[in-house]
Amino acid sequence: MPADPKAALDRVPPEPGARKPDPLLVADGVQRAFGGLNAVDVGHLEVQRGAITALIGPNGAGKTTFFNLLTGFDTPNAGQWTFDGRSLGGVSAYKVARLGMVRTFQLTKALSRLTVIENMKLGATGQSGEHFFTALLPGVWRRQEREIEKRAEELLERFKLAHMRDEFAGTLSGGQRKLLEMARALMARPRMVMLDEPMAGVNPALKQSLLDHIRDIRSDGTTVLFVEHDMDMVRDVSDWVVVMAAGEVIAEGPPESLSSNRTVVDAYLGAHHDAALTLEDEERRLETTEDAEGSAR
Amino acid sequence: MDWEVILTNAIRAAVGREALVFALLAIGLNLHFGYTGLLNFGQAGFMLLGAYGVATIVATFGGSLWLGLFLSILLAVVFALFLGIPTLRLRADYLAIVTIAAAEILRFIARSPSMSGITRGSFGLQAFADEFYAINPLPAGSYGIGRVSFGANDAWLLLVGWGVVAAAFVVTSLLVRSPWGRVIKSIREDEDAARSLGKNVYAYKMQSLVLGGVIGALGGWLNAVSIQSVQPDSFSTPITFFAYVALIAGGTATLLGPIAGSMIFWAILSLTEGILRGAIGAGFIPTTIMDGNQVGQVRFMLVGLSLMLLMIFRPQGVFGDKRELLLDAR
Repeated sequence: MPADPKAALDRVPPEPGARKPDPLLVADGVQRAFGGLNAVDVGHLEVQRGAITALIGPNGAGKTTFFNLLTGFDTPNAGQWTFDGRSLGGVSAYKVARLGMVRTFQLTKALSRLTVIENMKLGATGQSGEHFFTALLPGVWRRQEREIEKRAEELLERFKLAHMRDEFAGTLSGGQRKLLEMARALMARPRMVMLDEPMAGVNPALKQSLLDHIRDIRSDGTTVLFVEHDMDMVRDVSDWVVVMAAGEVIAEGPPESLSSNRTVVDAYLGAHHDAALTLEDEERRLETTEDAEGSAR
Repeated sequence: MDWEVILTNAIRAAVGREALVFALLAIGLNLHFGYTGLLNFGQAGFMLLGAYGVATIVATFGGSLWLGLFLSILLAVVFALFLGIPTLRLRADYLAIVTIAAAEILRFIARSPSMSGITRGSFGLQAFADEFYAINPLPAGSYGIGRVSFGANDAWLLLVGWGVVAAAFVVTSLLVRSPWGRVIKSIREDEDAARSLGKNVYAYKMQSLVLGGVIGALGGWLNAVSIQSVQPDSFSTPITFFAYVALIAGGTATLLGPIAGSMIFWAILSLTEGILRGAIGAGFIPTTIMDGNQVGQVRFMLVGLSLMLLMIFRPQGVFGDKRELLLDAR
């Protein structure tokens, strides 16, 4: 792993579908339509290993749908994608997670009537006590359970949730649930975490610590791909930004390059947002619309 | 009114055949609904298979009672797979619809004239459990404390029956306290979250459906053996709902809840019946209001009323944790 993931991306051209030096996730021609609407139509996308990649775009750009497709929660109409060289097309969601690509959800899924520590322990993969018959023999899984519990407690400590250890997750605040969900995803020792709007509904004070956690995840060697609306956060934490609009990847690049990118600004604010309409312009438009309506009749 | 008789009968009901059979049905449902969040409305179907599995093997085919027990369990497993394969990938409500219909289909198959060669239609099958009582090690006599006592055969059945309940209790306790139990509880809370953490949700739901169904079938087997009779219409949908009532009264997703709930349910049923009959007999309730023939219906009304009161003043059931109710499930 390169010492500075950002430096590794220095020579990557800031254009949609750019090749990365060491991609962990590669998607090709992934398409998903809902009725007549092309929700996702991603030509080519690579996500650099060990980096924090932000996926941004206006509402309805298809970011969450794209997440769902990549993680097996939805099935695309076309396309393939590989994770660390292994094709994930048609692989079910739980297998994707076992392969090391773990996601969180936009609407946080804390398991309310499980305690915080149980939530955490659930995240660990490869538990022998999760098999029906071995579950009946506590002697078989008790040792592993203790190790998992120890790791869970360390993570809770790190995410400042240790004092909530034995409370039901349903009693946590919205921000704490985000923290819990992120910590729980890490219990699976993922190679890549996909965070769907980790900052939504989180107060500014907690945001800063969430940012630190995301950086920590990267320093552990885990690749991060996250969807976010908060541009400050995107600029602050990400090594690379991918912009989606109307289902397509319209721009890519380092975070500082994007605020000046015409396509991106247009996608967010509309193509003519800064050009004042002259009176002639307006009249010409009206005429063409009326003409079109007239010929339709 | 003879309070001693009324109370004795209530205690007999609490430890009796029906209480243990419904305890098993409710333990199965608790695994489905309480821990995994599966809405199984077809527990009567599992019970029917448990009962007919043994009854047909012995009465129709002349096989052994123990072969019947094996068949009862096998049929429950097959039925669970049959229900689960198409529905467990779908949302929870589909399972509810399919199970309630499938249980009714089983009942109609059992009573249909075309099956009468095997099931004897709506007459049902009788006298097939002699083998069970032949191995009764208890010498003839009366077993129990004071007036709550049973004959040797009844005592033998209760002993075995409550033994099965205890075994089901131990198995479910071990399971729900294990990591396996943690997974099924997480599926109850949010199956997508479980999936996102690498759990094969479909397989876990299937395991839960099969195990809970088999426990229900054991209840059916014991019921058939104890009364030496099966009759299709005694496995209608209300049976499932009574089991749910027992479960919810005792406390959903608690280990002792289904057992205590079933005992309470049958005790209340017996108490209300005893009190009503006593009151009518003693003239406290004039026959212009109700007579002895109406007791059967009115006691269910009173059971309903007492359950409503329970839900108002103790909505978590006898053993439930009130904190859990305060959290929204999602």
